[in-house]
Amino acid sequence: MFELLGIPPQALFGQLLLGLINGSFYALLSLGLAVIFGLLNIINFTHGAQYMMGAFVAWMLLNYLGINYWAALVLAPVIVGITGVIIERLLISRLYHLDHLYGLLLTFGLALVIQGLFRNEYGISGLPYQIPPQLSGGMNLGFMFLPNYRGWVVAVSLVVCLATWFVIEKTRLGAYLRAATENPTLVGAFGINVPRLITLTYGFGVALAAFAGVLAAPIYSVNPNMGADLIIVVFAVVVIGGMGSILGSIITGFGLGLIEGLTRVFYPEGSAVVIFVIMAIVLLVKPAGLFGRAA
Amino acid sequence: MTRIRNFTLAAVAATLLSGTALAETSVKIGVLNDRSGVYADLSGEGSVVAAQMAVEDFNAAEKGITVEIVSADHQNKPDVASTIARQWYDQDGVDVIVDVPTSSAALAVNDITREKNKVFINSGAGTADLTGPQCSPNTVHWTYDTWALAHGTGSAMVEAGHKKWFFLTADYAFGQALERDTTAVVEAAGGEVVGTVRHPFPGSDFSSFLLQAQSSGADVIGLANAGGDTINSIKQASEFGITQGGQAIAGLLVFLTDIHALGLETAQGLVLTESFYWDQNDGTREWSKRFAEKHDGDMPTMVQAGVYAGVLHYLKAVEATGGKDPTAVMAKMKEMPTEDELFGQGTIREDGRKIHDMYLFRVKTPDQSQGPWDYYEQVATIPADQAFRPLNEGNCPLVQ
Repeated sequence: MFELLGIPPQALFGQLLLGLINGSFYALLSLGLAVIFGLLNIINFTHGAQYMMGAFVAWMLLNYLGINYWAALVLAPVIVGITGVIIERLLISRLYHLDHLYGLLLTFGLALVIQGLFRNEYGISGLPYQIPPQLSGGMNLGFMFLPNYRGWVVAVSLVVCLATWFVIEKTRLGAYLRAATENPTLVGAFGINVPRLITLTYGFGVALAAFAGVLAAPIYSVNPNMGADLIIVVFAVVVIGGMGSILGSIITGFGLGLIEGLTRVFYPEGSAVVIFVIMAIVLLVKPAGLFGRAA
Repeated sequence: MTRIRNFTLAAVAATLLSGTALAETSVKIGVLNDRSGVYADLSGEGSVVAAQMAVEDFNAAEKGITVEIVSADHQNKPDVASTIARQWYDQDGVDVIVDVPTSSAALAVNDITREKNKVFINSGAGTADLTGPQCSPNTVHWTYDTWALAHGTGSAMVEAGHKKWFFLTADYAFGQALERDTTAVVEAAGGEVVGTVRHPFPGSDFSSFLLQAQSSGADVIGLANAGGDTINSIKQASEFGITQGGQAIAGLLVFLTDIHALGLETAQGLVLTESFYWDQNDGTREWSKRFAEKHDGDMPTMVQAGVYAGVLHYLKAVEATGGKDPTAVMAKMKEMPTEDELFGQGTIREDGRKIHDMYLFRVKTPDQSQGPWDYYEQVATIPADQAFRPLNEGNCPLVQ
C-alpha cells in the first residue's frame, strides 16, 4: 500500500471527512456571528452560551415533554431565538450608539451568567442525549466508517449555511437588511421598520447557534461549558474569514475544520492552537480577514 | 480537708487549662479544586460537602477544635493553584489544603506546601509522582494514583486477552503518567503498545484520534484521560462503531459521575478501577445517603469520599498531638492506622501514599440497574498490599 505524507491515503480521506464535520459546526456558528456583526455591529459573545442553550433545550424537550429530536430541531432554535429577541430588546438595543466594546462586555457577561445558571442546575459532567433511531448506525465507505448522524450534520449545515447566504445576498429581504446596515435613517424613511428588522436579525443569528447546539447534542457531551470551549475557536474563524462576511465565514469554517483535522493526524498536540496560529498570520498579512472588506 | 480541696481545685484548674489549651486549637482547611470546569462534578462543591461532613462526624467542636473550611476554584491551572495556595498559607492562615484534582496543579501545591511546611492531603489528582520522585514529607496522597489504575484496569484487560494497546492520552502531567504506568504493566504482561496519540486538554472532538486508533490494529484503546474528555471519547467511540467493531475500550480513570453523564446504554460493560463506590456495604451506603441529601441527590465519587476520610484522619491527628504543628501532625498521621466507614482500615506510608484496597468494577447494563446511580457491579478486590506501587520502586528521596 502506498503512503501519502507517511499515512495511508484511506486514513487521510477519513481525517479530511472528519475535519469537514467539525467544520460544519464552525461554519454554522461563525455564520450566526457574522450575520449579527454584519447587520448589528455587535460582537455577540453570548453565542457560545446560546449554542449550549440549544442543546439543553433539546434535552429538556425530550426529558420533560417527550418531544423527539426532529421536533426539537425546529422548536429549540425558535425558543432560544425568542430569548435572543428578548435580550436584544431589553439590553443590547440600548448599546447601539456606544462603542463596540460595550456590546462585547455585555454579551460576554451574559454568557457567564447563563453558563453559571445552567451549571448550578445541571452540573458540569453533562447529560446523555441519544442519536435519533433513524440516524443511528453508519455506512462503510471503504476508507472509514461514517456514522449516519455525522453525514447528516454535514449535509444539513451546508444547506442551512447556503440558504442563509442566499437570503441575505440575493433576496429582497436581504437587500433591506443590508441597506438598513448602511444607512438606517434612509431605509426608515422608506417606511421600513428598522429596529424590528434588527431585532429579528439578532433572533435569527441566535437561532442558528441553537440549531448547531441541537445538532451537537447527540455527539458531544451536553454540558454548560460546551459553548465556552468552542466559541473562542469560532471567533478566530470569524476573524480569519473577515468580520461580517457571510460567505467568508462559511468557507473559512469548513476550511479550518479541514486544516484542524489534518493537524490532528500529523501533530495532535498542536491541534488546539493551529487555528490561532493561522489567525495570527492572517491578521499580519491581511488585517481585514481573507474575505473582509477593508474599512 | 484543705489539702483535698486544693488538690481538687488544682485538678479542676488543670482540666480547665488543658481544655483551654485544646480549645485554642483552631484549624483552617482549604478545599482547592475545580469548581466550574471538567472536574467540577467529581470534586467541586461535593468535596466541600464531604469536608464539612468529616468535621461534623468528628465532633470537632466538642473536642475543642474549631474548624473553618474555605474553598476556591483553581480552574485546573497550576499557576492559579499556586497563587491561591500561597495566598492561603501566607495571608489567610490555612493549615491544610485538601483535594486538588489535576495533576499539574497538585504538583505545584505539593511544592508550595513543602516550602511553607504545611499539610497537603491530595484526593483528586492521579499522578503517582506525588509519592514518587516528587514525594514530600508534607503530602499525603489519599484516594488513588496512576500506578494503581494502570495495574487495576490495565492488568485486567491484558488478562482478558487484550494485548495490543493504543493510547489516547490527555497531553499533561496526569495523562502522561497514566500512559507511562499502563505501558509498563502491559509490556510486563507480554502485551505491546502499537500507537499513542496525545490530545490537547481539555478537548471535545475525539473522532479523529479514535479513527487513528481504529486503523492501528490495536485490540484495545486505552483512554489515559479523565472527566469530560473520557465522556466524549467513549460517546464518540460508540458512535463510530469502534466497540461494535471488536476493539475494546479501557477507561483507565472513570468516575461515577462520568457514567451518570454517559448513561448506561453507552457505558455498559466498561471495566474500571476505583477505591470507593457508594453501594459497597452498610457503612458506605449510610454515609453516601447523608452525602446525597446535602448535595442535590448526587452520589459521592471516590474523590469526594477521599476528602472526607482525609480530613477525618487529619483531625484525629490534631486531637492526638494536641496541636497543629505540621511536622508533628504529619508524623502522627503516618503513625496512626487510618479507619473510616468509606475505605475501612488502612495506613499512610513513609512516602505519603495512603494504602487501602482498590476494586475492579464493571458497569451494569440498563437491565441490571435498579435505578439512578445503581451503576457498578464489583468484579474483583485488589488487596491493599498489591494495589499500590511498592515503597522501594517509587524513587522517593524520603525512602532511601
